[in-house]
Amino acid sequence: MEGQSPVQLEVERLIRVHGRNRTALMPILQELNRAHSYLSEEAMLCVSKELGVPRAEVYGVATFYSFLSVRPRGRFVIRMCRSISCAKQGKFHPVTAALMEELGISFGETTPDGLFTLEKTNCMGMCDQGPAILVNEDVHVKLTVASVLEIIDDYRRKAKAEGFGKKIA
Amino acid sequence: MDTKVETIVVVIDGKELNVSPGTTVLEAATAAGIHIPTLCHHDDLCAEALYSQTDANADRKTAAEKYTASGMLPTPSSCRLCLVEVEGLRTLQASCSLPIINPMKIHTSSTKIRHARRDILELMMSEHYGDCFACTRNGTCELQKLCSEYGVNTERFGRPEQAPFEMADPANIIQRDMNKCILCRRCVRMCALYQGVSALTTEGRGDHSRISTFMGREMKDAWCINCGQCINRCPTGALTERDDTEAVWRAIEDPEKFVVIQTAPAPRAAIGEAFGCEPGTPMTFQMNTALRRIGFDKVFDTNFSADLTIFEEGAELIGRLYHALVLKDNAAALPQFTSCSPGWIKFIEHFYPDFLPHLSTAKSPQQMMGAVLKTYFAEKNGWDPAKIVSVSLMPCTAKKFEAGRHEMHSSGFQDVDYALTTREMARMFKQAGIDLPKLEKSNFDDPFGTPTGSGVIFGATGGVMEAALRTVIEVVTGEPVENLFGHADIQPVRGFDGVRMAEVTIPKVGPVPAVFSRLVPNFDWLKGATLKVGLAHGTANAIRVLEDIKQKGPLSTCHFIEFMACPGGCLGGGGQPIPTSPEIRAARAKAIYAEDAAYQVRKSHENKDVLRIYEEFFREGPCSRKSHDLLHTHYTARNATVLDKKPA
Amino acid sequence: MDVKSVRGLVGNKLSFESVSADNGLKRAANMTADEIISQVIASGLRGRGGAGFPTAKKWEFARSEKGDSKYIVCNADEGEPGTFKDRLILTDFPDLVFAGMAIAGKAVGAEHGILYLRAEYAWLRDHLEKVLEWRRSAKLLGKGLFNNKYFNFDIQIRMGSGAYICGEETALLESLEGRRGDARNRIPFPVQAGFLGKPTVVNNVETLAWVPCIIEKGPSWFSAMGTKKSPGAWLFSVSGDCKRPGIYEYPFGTSLHQLLEDVGGEDAKAVQVGGASGLCVPPTGFSRTLSAGDLATGGSIIIYGPEQDMFDVAENFQHFFADESCGQCVPCRIGNVRLLDAIRKMRKAGLDAETERTLRQLTSTMRTASKCGLGQSSTKAFLSILDNFKNELPPVVGEAKATAAAE
Repeated sequence: MEGQSPVQLEVERLIRVHGRNRTALMPILQELNRAHSYLSEEAMLCVSKELGVPRAEVYGVATFYSFLSVRPRGRFVIRMCRSISCAKQGKFHPVTAALMEELGISFGETTPDGLFTLEKTNCMGMCDQGPAILVNEDVHVKLTVASVLEIIDDYRRKAKAEGFGKKIA
Repeated sequence: MDTKVETIVVVIDGKELNVSPGTTVLEAATAAGIHIPTLCHHDDLCAEALYSQTDANADRKTAAEKYTASGMLPTPSSCRLCLVEVEGLRTLQASCSLPIINPMKIHTSSTKIRHARRDILELMMSEHYGDCFACTRNGTCELQKLCSEYGVNTERFGRPEQAPFEMADPANIIQRDMNKCILCRRCVRMCALYQGVSALTTEGRGDHSRISTFMGREMKDAWCINCGQCINRCPTGALTERDDTEAVWRAIEDPEKFVVIQTAPAPRAAIGEAFGCEPGTPMTFQMNTALRRIGFDKVFDTNFSADLTIFEEGAELIGRLYHALVLKDNAAALPQFTSCSPGWIKFIEHFYPDFLPHLSTAKSPQQMMGAVLKTYFAEKNGWDPAKIVSVSLMPCTAKKFEAGRHEMHSSGFQDVDYALTTREMARMFKQAGIDLPKLEKSNFDDPFGTPTGSGVIFGATGGVMEAALRTVIEVVTGEPVENLFGHADIQPVRGFDGVRMAEVTIPKVGPVPAVFSRLVPNFDWLKGATLKVGLAHGTANAIRVLEDIKQKGPLSTCHFIEFMACPGGCLGGGGQPIPTSPEIRAARAKAIYAEDAAYQVRKSHENKDVLRIYEEFFREGPCSRKSHDLLHTHYTARNATVLDKKPA
Repeated sequence: MDVKSVRGLVGNKLSFESVSADNGLKRAANMTADEIISQVIASGLRGRGGAGFPTAKKWEFARSEKGDSKYIVCNADEGEPGTFKDRLILTDFPDLVFAGMAIAGKAVGAEHGILYLRAEYAWLRDHLEKVLEWRRSAKLLGKGLFNNKYFNFDIQIRMGSGAYICGEETALLESLEGRRGDARNRIPFPVQAGFLGKPTVVNNVETLAWVPCIIEKGPSWFSAMGTKKSPGAWLFSVSGDCKRPGIYEYPFGTSLHQLLEDVGGEDAKAVQVGGASGLCVPPTGFSRTLSAGDLATGGSIIIYGPEQDMFDVAENFQHFFADESCGQCVPCRIGNVRLLDAIRKMRKAGLDAETERTLRQLTSTMRTASKCGLGQSSTKAFLSILDNFKNELPPVVGEAKATAAAE
């Protein structure tokens, strides 16, 4: 279709997969959030228009869930568990400190290159194998300072292979 | 039909009651004279009111169907103040959302309940920032009233020491102060369910929840129609309208300024409520006295320009019908839509701009009066229009937006400088020490002071249509409308159903009166025709009408449709006294129709002030060039978003 | 991702290992709905999400509702801190869960199943989709199970997006319908008007996994495992200060002593049973048993060692509730924040008698006045810590001086 932005085309594709009804709202928002790390104004407006759900409601839904974001985030969102059942592992602090130092950011921040966002999350169901992190949808458990740095390096390589950063520059 | 109605026996505070299944405990208790406190519940937003407002077939629907149809929780039961004890249940139950389906024993008052309610109120206060005495809702605040009833103090959970939220932009017509919000969501539900606008939403979760708009925008930048229905439903001072009273006081006190006010019909039927009168106590003529006492130089009746609107809009309708039906001109869009309600105008500009050609180009009565005051009236009396400050008293918050529209400068100045709501005016009276009901009566000022019934009924849903029909029927048939409708009461267009339709057959036609002779050569083409009209109030009902027209449904066959943004029409306007309920609006409507019946002049075309202005000023008649310059306007689509930016 | 790589430790032999999912399903395919329900009634199976509602009763309610379309929803929004048994079940025994859903479908007359998987478990999705695909191809799912044209049942996976409240069944349904996860009013119940207003059964992952086992091995096999009042066995998620955290299966009636011994947590100073919304039991209570009549649970056991500051636990979980409350009702939304403020304050300046009275009154209001289970149970941990570990608080500033002066 002529004159349609990439986001519009993407939403149309998602509607073909999930349907044009209210129950498709969550899966569509989830996929957009996954593809772009966040839900842009354009994306939400587009979903609102296509599904006939008022824009404010789309926004209300998007802001309710911790894994959906209406503000830009990094290519990889690293979530660290803050529940005491996990934090009890005792090895948590060195890993947290290593992560923050390696990325040069605190929780709630994104690295200047747009690659990583660091967030805290409530229990991710890995209490028996903490410390644990989620990186986007992948889980990493029984972390040590050495292993967490290796994991970060892996994602950096992955981003490089994708050509991440070139788009921004 | 099954005539035997099944009932269930419940015992509330020892009192045995028979109720029909599905009645909520709150409804049953209220009917039995037992008061249960509520905050998130509102009479307009309980399940029954909602379904009857939005769906004529509500009675036949099951609870599940209603739930799905409403698309939202029937009641959120979120404030938890209406808690009661139900024997056999472990936790306290919210009576607003507890339907009676089995016999039960209920207690509405106990130490446990009292303590819980007090705790809940103190928790609300622990997040409530602001001084009661500086709040416009002081005295009408539901939270304040309950805190006083339950002996709430803030020693246990404290009060915020600093404002948790920044104040919104003072330019917003709908002002939100989230420091006073208790998150009952009545505004969100009102905006979505009655108005179909959904400008408001709940943002975030848990302790980060707040009422917000899309992307957290200011109200003036959101797709909000300024109808103010949220304000009327807000239990606290979290939602208010922009306060223009200080500016009006300054104008009054400025010796250089000549300050005139026009008053619309709906505030008269409601302002008494702010002074302790029963809803439906008319204050028309006491208000004239009060307005002069606080210093307005002239007090005019918006009925004048309402009648003028009927001339212009009626002439436009006749013209459109002639062009569409006789000349087969596709550019003449039918049905014609009324354009008096500024909330409705902004609604259609945002959400249905494709329908803009259907809107009558006639300005609203407020703006016609504004344009005439700074031209005709100024000329006639030799006043400098630059020194005239034109104020209006309206039941409406959207009128503030309308007055500020850049199109509304046809006199060369801003035609209406300040649009005050009924609430603002009541406050000004109180500040001036005026006890309105005790004042003597006095008349409006000439030359815009003839009280007419046709103008008065503009304040109720169906009123614009009725006034238009009274005039159109007489103009076309040349016979009194009473020959068709007793006492000129056109009952088929009255009532509170959300969407209505009516038909009027034109049995015969007369000669074209001189004032309309420019528009059509004769009325022969209308002989035996059936004029179909439609009505909708509350913009959620407007959506139903517009969607029906899109689908080529029955409403697409209408010739003329009246739309009013607010439920009940202007009498239920967003600027009217708080509280509001279906009963209060019905009482105001009664007052309006009683006033109409009492007036001698009840048809717009009999208003001598209007006839005079066509003789003296708009000499070429309605819909002429001069009237177009001053009395008509145009509309702008407001549906552009970032999506409309063409990709590079 | 290889899901088995994060499987974790399974501490003892699980009953699920000894059953084949589809024997139960096959047997159920030849049973009437009544027969299935009566077997489940006889087993005494109760919901494993935490509330412990009799499973068969829920099914009966849904079954008695009229309507051509009904839903079976598997609640895999396992968000209770310290709970991860559903993760293991979905990793190792997804067939049991899917078979359980199909059996439930047959029992209530539902042909649609939805698995609501929490966002934190998104890494399990591909694994589960593959299992579903396989089951469809084996005629264990889809149109005509076992080539019986009257037995239709299919399952789709829907994801959560990070909200603990969506483990509450009505909030879960709101989320499925594309809304904020705000808890609904409990009348009508989901079994009457659930997903899209249709009768809907929402069952926990573990509950559903037991169903084919019960159908295959018979209700008495199941009920023989527990006590008379609490029949059956349960999977426990054990975490915290112990040598062998992981998944353990115990019959009802097992004591905390026994459990602590098995997991290597004998020196515990407290055991929290039931996750963030569970009680913290001090050593004097370690002879208590895990059962419906005593320590009811959602299967989470968090062990706190001698070094643990118990009010750190209280603060951590109160923060959790303030953050995860849906934000609708006042007792929960604001109550949890005020309680959190108070805990922070008492950890610095102690707790005087009057403040304690106020807080106890507040917790009582939160427990009885909140709209859903989240708010109603969000004070449990704090209260049990206050009851058992008050001596860990510093002395009240004023009172300490007064005591010193008196001495």
